[in-house]
Amino acid sequence: MPPILELHGITKHFPGVLANDHIDLTLNQGEILALLGENGAGKSTLMNVLYGLYQPDQGEIVVRGKRITVHSPNDAIAAGVGMVHQHFMLVPVLTVTENVMLGVESLTAGVFLDRKAAAARIREISKQYGLQVDPEAYIKDLPVGLQQRVEIIKLLYRHADILILDEPTAVLTPQEADELFKVMRSLVAQGKSIIFITHKLREVLAVADRIDVLRLGKVVGEAGPKTATESLLASMMVGRQVELRVHKTVAKPGEAVLRVNDLRVLDDRENLMVDGVSFEVRAGEILGVAGVQGNGQTELVEALTGLRPTLAGRMFIDGHEVTRASPRRVVELGVAHIPEDRQSDGLVLSYPVADNLVLNTYYLPPFARGVVMQQPEIERAAAERVEQFDVRTPGIQTTAGSLSGGNQQKVIVARELSRPIKLLIAAQPTRGLDVGSIEYIHSRIIEKRAAGCAVLAVSTELDEILALSDRIAVMYRGRIVATVEARRATKEYLGLLMAGVSPDQIAPPEEGEEVQAVF
Amino acid sequence: MATVTTTVSTRMLTEQAHQTRQRVFGVVFIVIALASYWLFARNVDGGLVSTFGLNQGNVPAAERLPDWEIPSYGTVTALVVVSAAVGAYQLARGFGRATSVMLGLVALFFVFSFLTWATRDQAINLAGMLKTMVSRAVPLTLGALSGILCERAGVVNIAIEGLMLSAAMMAALVGSVTHNLWIGLLAAMLTSALLALFHGVLSIKYKVDQIISGTVINIFAAGITSFISSKFLQVFQELNNAGTFQAYPIPVLSKIPFIGGIFFDSNIFTYGAYVLLIVVHVGLFYTRWGLRARAVGEHPRAADTLGINVFRTRYVNVVLGGLVAGFGGGYFTLGSVGRFDELMTAGRGFISLAAMIFGKWTPFGAAGSALIFGFAESLQGKLAILKVPIPSQFLLMAPYIATMIALAGVVGRAIPPAADGQPYEKQ
Repeated sequence: MPPILELHGITKHFPGVLANDHIDLTLNQGEILALLGENGAGKSTLMNVLYGLYQPDQGEIVVRGKRITVHSPNDAIAAGVGMVHQHFMLVPVLTVTENVMLGVESLTAGVFLDRKAAAARIREISKQYGLQVDPEAYIKDLPVGLQQRVEIIKLLYRHADILILDEPTAVLTPQEADELFKVMRSLVAQGKSIIFITHKLREVLAVADRIDVLRLGKVVGEAGPKTATESLLASMMVGRQVELRVHKTVAKPGEAVLRVNDLRVLDDRENLMVDGVSFEVRAGEILGVAGVQGNGQTELVEALTGLRPTLAGRMFIDGHEVTRASPRRVVELGVAHIPEDRQSDGLVLSYPVADNLVLNTYYLPPFARGVVMQQPEIERAAAERVEQFDVRTPGIQTTAGSLSGGNQQKVIVARELSRPIKLLIAAQPTRGLDVGSIEYIHSRIIEKRAAGCAVLAVSTELDEILALSDRIAVMYRGRIVATVEARRATKEYLGLLMAGVSPDQIAPPEEGEEVQAVF
Repeated sequence: MATVTTTVSTRMLTEQAHQTRQRVFGVVFIVIALASYWLFARNVDGGLVSTFGLNQGNVPAAERLPDWEIPSYGTVTALVVVSAAVGAYQLARGFGRATSVMLGLVALFFVFSFLTWATRDQAINLAGMLKTMVSRAVPLTLGALSGILCERAGVVNIAIEGLMLSAAMMAALVGSVTHNLWIGLLAAMLTSALLALFHGVLSIKYKVDQIISGTVINIFAAGITSFISSKFLQVFQELNNAGTFQAYPIPVLSKIPFIGGIFFDSNIFTYGAYVLLIVVHVGLFYTRWGLRARAVGEHPRAADTLGINVFRTRYVNVVLGGLVAGFGGGYFTLGSVGRFDELMTAGRGFISLAAMIFGKWTPFGAAGSALIFGFAESLQGKLAILKVPIPSQFLLMAPYIATMIALAGVVGRAIPPAADGQPYEKQ
């Protein structure tokens, strides 16, 4: 039997980037092929080519032995190819049924939507593949895990045989991810074939039948889950030996620097996102805040940094009340903030690197004398920091927007950490970065801790939380449901807490169990 | 039990918000009742009677309903008492989900108290007033439907004013030249659709800011119609003498006492609005076209990944909206006065957009809002006759002030389609 899908020599240029460089890839019927690679390795580009969202410059796509051309998603769907996108493609105000039938509607009298027939087929599919979901529910009311099911049902409803899952676990808790793996197993058992895109090594080893590793737009290696190890895959991904563990000394916590008392915060739509949170962070320790995206971490950080008004509760930094403080007041109290979205909140992309490096101190001497900016001083300081923090930029007058993600993040880290600070608030500090940049940023954060700075690290990546934290607070629906010592925490334990299981119902992990932090 | 406590505390918080909302409404109801007493009941003599006519002018004597005569003071006082009681119950217990209905009721009582007061010792034709309300609401409804068609697919169309104005002129011009009202109406719709297509090309293909594109069309329409009007239509009267569609009473329905004359004895514009109202509603919510259009207006990328042509969907809806606006524009000339005057739409295109928003982008909601605005217009006309000592401009303002208050909090935030006004970029 020929492979169900073959890609031959797919090449795709973007201005300045060769995203896919003569990629060959084979998918057999009934297997899960993992496509492993760092952000920017070209995985998503390749899949968008296959799904008809991009046109390749060269190369051919062969499905079931027949060469096909894919100009639009319609062609892909017709060839039996379906894709679950990293950002869900669901319309929140429509129901599950409406979302699933959209584009392939069943009709009565040739005009009217036949919601009943569609819902019946959805129930059938749910039953066959173990994907329970209420067809009448509105997408906006469903948790992320269920929304993902709807995405998968959408493909099955269209009779897709080749399923592409693009970073499907990014938004899931470890338990939800395991649930997804079961679904994937059941799908291939019933004859479907899956391409699973990820950059997480653990998942690849857990679920894949075969592994292709992509680096800089090329397939650099193939491996089987039985023979591969995490460190082997990591070095294939990065192209060099990688240190997977973060080394840090035992914490010596001092006085509390940040105290938060019964804080409540609303989001823009007036949903209560932070619901009575209290905690403190002491000098010389790292408090990690774990949680699935959207459980109030964003609003918590915005409130702490003065960017979002609080509804109730009080916050103190170094003894000063900052409940209603302006962002500048917070900065002046010695707080550094690495924001969650570096492009919209961390940098002014159209400004040069030099100006971005003084965004929080531009009005102070030596960068300003009265209202006059001291350009030579700004440039001198910029040159120094670029050197010190290893920012790879053509020059300090290059706009921040033209740097790579890792270097953009380094600019932010350089700005925030190169002044005397007492508290560092780091939100998703390494999201979307390559392994090298992650190593670098983690070591900088640990350096600050060693220097007696209090650190609040917010991340949705459990590996990052486990690697950095001394204590871990788990947020679920706006509350801190538990705070645990990092050395006692395991991924499974935290995962259950993140999924909303009450701490009373889980046996905490045994004391002294060593945790391997791998990312 | 972390999960349970979370939901409980969230519920408590929403509960608190509900209670505050409940109290605010209770107070508002009572304030309205007191205002009604202070303004209307207090200065009416006991013996005066308000007379409301219940017949249209053209009803034969044999079928006429007797006039409705009510004691002015007694009626207003009764309404004040009921409103206050509603407020008191709202404060004590709350009406829950029926609160908005109660708000509508109290507002209605207030308006009726005002009418009763204004009519004390006089008579007005209530049936005639309501008929005027309906006919004033027709162009507003059509404009709002046009807006709904565009915005549900994600294109903001503030050019409806300009579309209606151009359509009104073309209707008069072509209708006069051809001596055929139907051809005039067709010309109106095509003109409007063409301008809408222009708006579509600018905002869908060239991704121009949609407010700017719409404004450009409005200014262009105001200029070109005024020019043609002053150079030709006012000079050669035979070019501006199209006549109007006659009223056609619907058999049976128009014979219903009181109601029949108000709703079922009009010309094709009113009936067209009824039909379009239902067609747009059913189309949007029960057909493939509607589902796709709404998906495109909410999350175009999702629609695109499912093989739906976002651009084509938007073009289709914008042009359909243009046709509907053109039909509405025809009302101003072929549906009411038979001739074109400069800037005769007088901002009603914008008011239809207000009706659309107030109606939360739903056809029936928009039509309801259009009726409220239409009522205000017809009230203004009647009050001039009754010599009410309030400048008519203030009365005209009233429904919009009420709309602003309502939008600010009463009916809840009106949430537009998520991708409304955002040009779609293919990846």
